[in-house]
Amino acid sequence: MTPHGLGTAVIIAGLLAAAWCLVTALRRRAIGIGELAAMAAVEALVIAQVAVSAWHLATGDRPRELATFIGYLVAILIVLPLAGILARLEPTRWGSLIAAVGCLVVPVLIVRLNQIWTGVG
Amino acid sequence: MAEPVVTEPAPARRSRPTGTGPGRVLVAVYGLFALSASARAGVQIATKFHEAPLAFVLSALAAVIYVVATVALARNDRRLAIACCSVELLGVLAIGTASLLDRAAFPDATVWSGYGMGYGFVPLVLPVVGLWWLRRTRPA
Repeated sequence: MTPHGLGTAVIIAGLLAAAWCLVTALRRRAIGIGELAAMAAVEALVIAQVAVSAWHLATGDRPRELATFIGYLVAILIVLPLAGILARLEPTRWGSLIAAVGCLVVPVLIVRLNQIWTGVG
Repeated sequence: MAEPVVTEPAPARRSRPTGTGPGRVLVAVYGLFALSASARAGVQIATKFHEAPLAFVLSALAAVIYVVATVALARNDRRLAIACCSVELLGVLAIGTASLLDRAAFPDATVWSGYGMGYGFVPLVLPVVGLWWLRRTRPA
């Protein structure tokens, strides 16, 4: 079982980063170095979570829907870098909104990963 | 704190690429759905196609439409984008209704079942926002 502490940390970090980017968007600003650093911090937690999950898979723990689980692991790894790149391509408040959406996807994916791992949903 | 959002003064009617400004958010969210719908349909068809062939074929169709819509919006192909958003809106309404009426035919959730309930109803809102955006940016 993936440690819930780490998953919860990723969820909270993702929500905080999303809130920050959303505030930036509402202030009609493009994201700056601060928001990017926050997204990088969330990504670091995500990488740790994916590493732990990969370790569990490698040592024989398997969720029922293995393919879906691996798909979500790949998705959660790439969503923040992609959102960051898109946000930089659109250096307006709309780029900040893209960053906020990207940050929000991370907690959703963690919840889905948990559901798949425990066989619910 | 954030100052309240003030709606911008309506810009003079001018054509504007569909994939810039707010449109880029739309492209990003469409891309997200293109990715997740394709992956989900791929897994469903590869691992349990026999369980509900109709539902999974429709799932794959939805994925294709999201991919085409993403590309059309990003490349400012308005006619294709309008076609995709319209098909999507009809699809989510039709499949949503069908999935509620005949639950047996849709045992495994797809993006459009229950009007996209499993995806926070974003699949229902997305084509409406897309069509609105296309209308707003249309050439004079």
